[in-house]
Amino acid sequence: MKTITLNIDGRQVQGASGQTIYEVARENDIHIPVLCYHPAAKPAGACRVCVVEVAGARSLVASCAQPITEDMVVNTKSDRVIAARRLATELLLSSGNHNCLVCEANGQCLLQELAYELGIEQPRFSVSPPGYGIEEENPMIIRDMDRCIVCGRCVRACNEVQVNRVLDFSYRGKHATVGPAFGTTYEDSECVFCGECVSVCPVGALTEKQGRFKGRNWEVKKVRTTCSYCGVGCQIELNVKDNKVVKVTSDYELGEPNHGSLCVKGRFGHDFIHHPERLTKPLIRKDGKFWEVSWEEALDYTAKRLKEIRDKNGSDSIGVFTSARCTNEDNYVLQKFTRAVIGTNNVDHCARL
Amino acid sequence: MTNSISEAAESAVFLLTGTNTTENHPVIAAKLKQAVNKGAKLILVDPRNIEIAKFAALHLRQRPGTDVAWINGMMNVIIEEGLYERDYVEGRTEGFEKMKEVVKKYTPEFVEKISGIPAADLIEAARLYASSKPGAIYYAMGITQHTTGTDNVMSLANLAMLTGNIGVLGGGVNPLRGQNNVQGACDMGALPNVFPGYQRITDEAIRAKFTEAWKPVMPLSEKVGLTIVEMTNAAHEGKLKALYFMGENPMVSDPDTTHVREALKKAAFIVCQDIFMNETTELADVVFPAASFAEKDGTFTNTERRVQRVRKAVGPIGESRPDWKIIADIAERMGYPMQYRSANDIFEEIRKVTPSYAGISYDRIEKTGIQWPCPNEEHQGTRFLHKDKFVRGLGLFNAIEFREAAELPDDEYPLLLTTGRILYQYHTGTMSRRSEGLNFRSTGPFIEMNPRDARDYGVSDDEVVLISSRRGTVEVRAWVTDRVNRGTIFMPFHYAEAAANVLTSTFLDPIGKIPEYKVSAIKIEKKKKKATG
Repeated sequence: MKTITLNIDGRQVQGASGQTIYEVARENDIHIPVLCYHPAAKPAGACRVCVVEVAGARSLVASCAQPITEDMVVNTKSDRVIAARRLATELLLSSGNHNCLVCEANGQCLLQELAYELGIEQPRFSVSPPGYGIEEENPMIIRDMDRCIVCGRCVRACNEVQVNRVLDFSYRGKHATVGPAFGTTYEDSECVFCGECVSVCPVGALTEKQGRFKGRNWEVKKVRTTCSYCGVGCQIELNVKDNKVVKVTSDYELGEPNHGSLCVKGRFGHDFIHHPERLTKPLIRKDGKFWEVSWEEALDYTAKRLKEIRDKNGSDSIGVFTSARCTNEDNYVLQKFTRAVIGTNNVDHCARL
Repeated sequence: MTNSISEAAESAVFLLTGTNTTENHPVIAAKLKQAVNKGAKLILVDPRNIEIAKFAALHLRQRPGTDVAWINGMMNVIIEEGLYERDYVEGRTEGFEKMKEVVKKYTPEFVEKISGIPAADLIEAARLYASSKPGAIYYAMGITQHTTGTDNVMSLANLAMLTGNIGVLGGGVNPLRGQNNVQGACDMGALPNVFPGYQRITDEAIRAKFTEAWKPVMPLSEKVGLTIVEMTNAAHEGKLKALYFMGENPMVSDPDTTHVREALKKAAFIVCQDIFMNETTELADVVFPAASFAEKDGTFTNTERRVQRVRKAVGPIGESRPDWKIIADIAERMGYPMQYRSANDIFEEIRKVTPSYAGISYDRIEKTGIQWPCPNEEHQGTRFLHKDKFVRGLGLFNAIEFREAAELPDDEYPLLLTTGRILYQYHTGTMSRRSEGLNFRSTGPFIEMNPRDARDYGVSDDEVVLISSRRGTVEVRAWVTDRVNRGTIFMPFHYAEAAANVLTSTFLDPIGKIPEYKVSAIKIEKKKKKATG
């Protein structure tokens, strides 16, 4: 990999051949706004808000798609750049319903940040959303195409990252939008609800239904943990407000093994956590029925019975099933208990099932 | 996995078999599909026309239960055509000549007769796999859940060694573990023959080491214990008096449900720790409310041996407690204090007795998990195994003959049942069936039935039929589809109300002791119309 030296905003910086202006700028803490860029997908250069001025170039260039070259001189904040960025942003603001009041993306919306950064209170063009309406029939994903900025991140996530090939662009001009073939809803398409499109959407066009009105982005605490479904071990964030998991997200920056990708179970299948049928008290069967008892009583009774059976019938008369659903710590303690306290190696779990 | 998930980007060819990856490991499937888009070739060997077949250069649809035959057949072609890695075989392995003798008779034509895979396709697959380097094999329960499961896995290892694909980046033999912490539960010694870190209980020095570390109240037994299905059988015979279940639901997950129910009813005392009532807790004497993964700290180890953090995000639900805490409290009452103050206390003890985990700590995996073996704190973890040298020294070829499955279709039970999972459900459904989104997409219990079978039996799409094996009968809706070949019925096992495991058998692999979920003989009958008038 060849090292390349270039100048950005008067600073000499270095990058590797193949890197884009945007990537090198970001590594050097030089801010360039982006909308359509996403690290998991190939650059598209579609939204034009990342444009910069490159000495010698005829027009402004999209920094997210332009590879660096030796001795390149880049200006990310010239009047020409700001004017172009402003125009692009105002056109986006005027072509959709970008009312932030009850938008789920409020607080982590790239368009909102851009408008703030450029100080745009009102676009100079009249606001006219395409009028697609909200699709909220399925319990997982809400689509509000009037908030879509047609950046194509979701299209690339669906085709390049998850490779499910469900989403693409359709229609032109003001009516340009993204979605499944033939304008169907998600549930009538081949969509497998991995939610990758939701996770990369930079605005409020695609959001998780479970979390709707359950907590603003700045109100939820994101607790990083490991998904409890299959063995891939995806890194997820439980979004918690008031001691309740309101939704599950992930992030490219979380890295191995999933780089922000999840499946339908990981992203939308964790509502069992607060299900009303969760067991909340120890139960003991008496006269064929379960009765709620105290922890003391349940623990004393269990220890007494296990001890009786071990001492009367021998250690090998007891069998213990641990679980591939529980933590290493749980499994370690239970196999230790089985061997050191019960005195048998009759311990196994569902690895074979 | 011998190798890592991220290495999918490094492979030139994938051989996928017995894994419905897009449904059961969707995020790994995404990595495989990305690689195919960038030019890698995918060979799929699977009886069903699953989604990932769309990405396959070749799809070989074998008769279920004939894996040793087609793998031997591929090796036959590779050896005959001189496509194997001579230097690797000579320098890094042993047992080649014996294996070569056995695979000699597995010509593509011979294999076609056994497996139904056209000879020409097998030859093409063998050439493609052997000539593209590196090549990675991925498999899951479609390979292991057979009475020949161990043979199947060893055959895949033979194939990978023959082509020099073990111990290289982007190669390997990669089992995809079906549950979040199967890898970890095995690593922790939740197995009847080993202590944590796969240290044998039959080894006196190892037992002495654990006796020193644990100071047990009972002497550590040198007798290998019983596996899951053997424990159920022992309970059925009255030999096991007490059963302790932590987060398991054998009434849905284990083979031959009727037999399991009888076994559980014979046990004098059953304890369950779980987050919901389920078909198994209903038969318990004591049920403890356990904390879910969202309410506790700890670690899971994923399919690529990566030890990752689980973090407490919310407080306890009701009076529920972490599983380890419940066990520790019982141990204390049985005269064995387990004074752990936190999950981290336990992990620190795990490190001390488990050499492959010795270098891993909560601090070190705060951001990114570490892949074992990781013997010390300076070690960065192990991306792929068997680099330069196999763990045992030389890689061992096993000469393996094909054996038929234990229960084949016959006149009375003429169809072959194979079971598995679907995307929108998970194992026995205690979690996934309580999720609104998943159940919006999941249609309830069903079987997949080939249109020609449907015609032969006069079954129409969506019709509810009776499906029986020697063990029992269930009623289930038929989906008429060419996802399965004629003569094969696929059925997901998630649903207690139409439980596939009422039908499955308890025939086990003699070494792995895994039940043969992928092959049972069944018959299908139309439901009798209720008399009217």
